[in-house]
Amino acid sequence: MESKLLAKFKKGETGTVEKLTVLGPLRRRLLDMGITPGTEITFKKVAPLGDPMEIMLRGYVLAIRKTEAEAILMKTEEQS
Amino acid sequence: MRFAIAGNPNSGKTTLFNSLTGSRAHVGNWPGVTVDKKEGVYRLGNGAKTSEKINIIDLPGVYSLSPYTPEEVISRQFIMDEKPDLIINIVDSTKLERNLYLTTQLLEMDVPVVVALNMMDIIKREGSVIDTEILSQKLGVPVVPVSALKSGNVKLLMDKCIEYVKSPRRGSSFLPETALSEQYAKVLKLVERHNIRHPVFHAVKLLENDSIELMHNAVLSADIQNLKLEYEKSEKPFDYEAEIADLRYKFITDDIKPNAVKVFKNSGSKKSEKIDRILTHRIWGLPLFGLLMFVIFHFIFSENFLYLKSFDILEKGLSSPGVLLQEYIEKGLDFIMNRMHLLLGNAHAAAWAQGAVVDGLLKGIFSVLTFLPQILLLFLSLSILEDSGYMARIAFIMDRLLKPFGLSGKAFIPMLMGFGCSVPAMMGTRTLGSVKEQRMTIMLVPFFSCGAKMMIWATVGTAAFAKHVDIFIFSVYIIGIAVAVVGAIILKKTAFRGIKSNFVLELPDYRYPRLKGTLVELWKKMKGFLTTVTTTIAVSTLAIWFLQNFNLRFQMVSETGGASILEVLSNAVNWVFVPLGFAQGADGWKLVVATLTGLLAKEAVVSTMGVLYKVPGYDPNVSGSEAQVADTLQADGVFTGLTAISFVVFNLLVIPCVAAVATARSELKSAKWMFFVIGFWFATAWTASFLVYQAGSLLSRAGWINAVIFLFIVGIVLFAIFMRRKNKKDKCKGCNKCGK
Repeated sequence: MESKLLAKFKKGETGTVEKLTVLGPLRRRLLDMGITPGTEITFKKVAPLGDPMEIMLRGYVLAIRKTEAEAILMKTEEQS
Repeated sequence: MRFAIAGNPNSGKTTLFNSLTGSRAHVGNWPGVTVDKKEGVYRLGNGAKTSEKINIIDLPGVYSLSPYTPEEVISRQFIMDEKPDLIINIVDSTKLERNLYLTTQLLEMDVPVVVALNMMDIIKREGSVIDTEILSQKLGVPVVPVSALKSGNVKLLMDKCIEYVKSPRRGSSFLPETALSEQYAKVLKLVERHNIRHPVFHAVKLLENDSIELMHNAVLSADIQNLKLEYEKSEKPFDYEAEIADLRYKFITDDIKPNAVKVFKNSGSKKSEKIDRILTHRIWGLPLFGLLMFVIFHFIFSENFLYLKSFDILEKGLSSPGVLLQEYIEKGLDFIMNRMHLLLGNAHAAAWAQGAVVDGLLKGIFSVLTFLPQILLLFLSLSILEDSGYMARIAFIMDRLLKPFGLSGKAFIPMLMGFGCSVPAMMGTRTLGSVKEQRMTIMLVPFFSCGAKMMIWATVGTAAFAKHVDIFIFSVYIIGIAVAVVGAIILKKTAFRGIKSNFVLELPDYRYPRLKGTLVELWKKMKGFLTTVTTTIAVSTLAIWFLQNFNLRFQMVSETGGASILEVLSNAVNWVFVPLGFAQGADGWKLVVATLTGLLAKEAVVSTMGVLYKVPGYDPNVSGSEAQVADTLQADGVFTGLTAISFVVFNLLVIPCVAAVATARSELKSAKWMFFVIGFWFATAWTASFLVYQAGSLLSRAGWINAVIFLFIVGIVLFAIFMRRKNKKDKCKGCNKCGK
C-alpha cells in the first residue's frame, strides 16, 4: 500500500480515498459528492486542455480540477 | 396542500415537475437569493374530489443539505420554514448511492417523504433488479417506481402521496446504529429539551458542526461542544463532519444496497464513456465542440445556409431556418403595422397619436419581436445540449481557459450565448457556482457582440472601409473578446479580488432529450420574453419616441420644427463624446443621438442614422436599406477610418440595451449592483474608445499601415510575456527541488 495524491494518478489507475487535506466548503462539497475515506476512485482522463480531470466513483462520473485532486490523498496497491 | 419536489441535479426533477403541472407553472424568484422558485398546480383527475388542487414546488437540484451553496440552504430553509405537507424525493435509480445520500438527510426532517424511484425503465432494460419493497422498509417511507415518467406512473405516485400525506411523520436517522450512537442520543436529548421542530435534523447538523446551526442555536451549541469534549480521545479534534458523511454513505452501501439491489449493471455509464471517447477526446474534443457551435450558429443566424450560394448550387442561396422565420415574422408585423396606419388614418387620429402608436410603440416592440424566432431557436439548441448531457462536457472542456480569470468552465456557456443575445445569456448565468462568478459573467457577456449589433458593424464598415467590410466585422468580434479578457483580468484584480472558482461537476450519462419537456420549457421562456417586451421595452420605446419627436415646448418637431428634446439632450452631453472623436464637428451630435438610442436597443442605431442623415427614400422596414444608409454616410464623409473604429468600439462595449439591463437587474437581485454594472460598461466603452481614438490620432501621423503593424507587434510581445510568466508558474508545482 502506498499513499499518493489523486492528482498524481495515471490514466486508468484506481485507488481508495485515505483522507481529504482541505477544509471548508470544498471539503464538504467533496464529501457530499461521495469522496469519503475508503471510497474507490478511478482516474479516467483529463480534459483536452490538460485540466480538469474525469474520475469515476460510486457508479457515476465526476469532473474535478487538478488543484482539487491535490486535496485528496489516496491509497494505491501499485508501486511506482 | 403543498408538495415539494427535492432531488439531485439530473435526476429528472424538471421532467416530473412538468408532467405534474403541465405548462401551468410560473417561475418566481426566491427573495434575496439567485435561485428560482418554480411553482405549479396539480389537479386531481376524474373520480377524485376534482375541486382539490395541489401546489407543487420544485426545489433546486441539490446533492446534499450542507450549509454552503445557496441552493442547498434554500432547500432546507424551505422545508423547515414553509412546512410543505409532503416531500417527493426523486431518486435516479441508476445512480442510487449518491442519490440516497440526499434522501437520508431529507428523512431526518419531520415531514412525510415519498421516494419516486426514477429511471426504472433503464434499470429493467439493463437487467438490473431493485427491490422497492425492501428499499421502502429500509428507508421507512413509501417508494414508488416511476419509469420515464409516463402519465400512469405519475398518477400512481400522486395517489400514494395523497394517501401518505395524512399520516404525520417524525424524522429518523441512521446514527443510532453507528459508532456515534451515544453522542447522537445525548445531543438529541438536549435538542428535544429545547422544544425545537425537526429535532432529529437539528441534532445531526449540530453534531456535524454545521455553521448555520451553530449560529442559530448558540446556547445549545455551547452545551454540545462540552458534550463532545467528553468523547475526545486524542489531541486532534474528532472530525464529525467527515465522519457523519462517511457513516451516511456506509449506511447506504453496507445496509441498504446489499439488501435492496439484487442485480446491478450500469451500461448507461459505459455507453456515455464510449461517446466521451470522441466528444471529450484529447485532440478531437475541442475541434468537435467548435464545429458543433458553428453548426448551431449557422443554423440560426446564417443568411447563406449550407453555403449553397458560395458553391453555386443555388444562385440566390437560402436563408437558414432562423433567418427565414425572422423574415416571415417581419412580414407579418409589417402587415399589422401598415394596417394600424390605415386604421388610424381612416379614424382621423391626431398625427402625434398615430406616431406614438405606430412609429413609437409598435415599431419599438416589433423590432425586438423579430428576434423572437432566433432567440427561441437558440434556447431550443441550448436546452437540447443541456438535456443530452453535452453541456456539462462543454464546461469540462473549457474550464482550463476560464480558470485564470477566477471563473469556471460553466461560465463559458453564457458567454457563448452572448454572441446570439445578451438576454438569454444573462439568464444562463444562474447555474454558476457563486454569486461573485455570476456577477462577473453578467458584466462580461455584452462584450460578446450580439446579433443585433451586427447591423451596425456592417453599415459603418461599408461606409468607412468599403471593400474590407468583412475584415472589419471580424475585427470587431475579436476586439470584443479581447476586451472581455482584459476586463476579466481587471475585475479579478479589483472588484472581485480573491474570486476563486471551484470545479466539481457531475458529468451525467448522455440521454435523448425529451421533446415534450423541452417544448414546455420553451413555452415558458417565450412567455418570459414576451412579458419583458410588453412591459420594459414598450415603456422605454414610447419614452424615446417622445424625446425624439417633441421639442422643448412639447410641440411635434415635424410640425413646428426646432430641435427635439433628444437633440437638446445629446448636445448637452456631447462633451462626453468629443474626446472619442466621433462627436466632433457640426454633425457630431447625430452620432451621439444614434449611440444614445442604441442604449434602448442596438437595432435603433442604424435606423436613427437613417433618419438623422436624411437618407433619400430611407425606410427601415425595407430589408437592404442599411446599404442606403451606408452609401449616404460614405458620400457625406461622416466617418474617417479612426472615428469609425472609435464609434464602433463604443457601441460594442457600452450598455447593450434596455432588455439586457432589465435582465441584469433581475439576475443581480440588487439595484446597487445594477448601477455598478452599468457604470462598468460605460467606463469600459469610454476608456477603450478614448484609447483607440487618441492613440490612433497619434499613430496616424506615422501612417496607417505602420500603426497597424506597430499595434500587432506590441500585442504579440505582451502575449509572449504573459505566456512565459504563466508557464513558469505552472512548471513550479510540487517538484520540491528549488525549495519554493
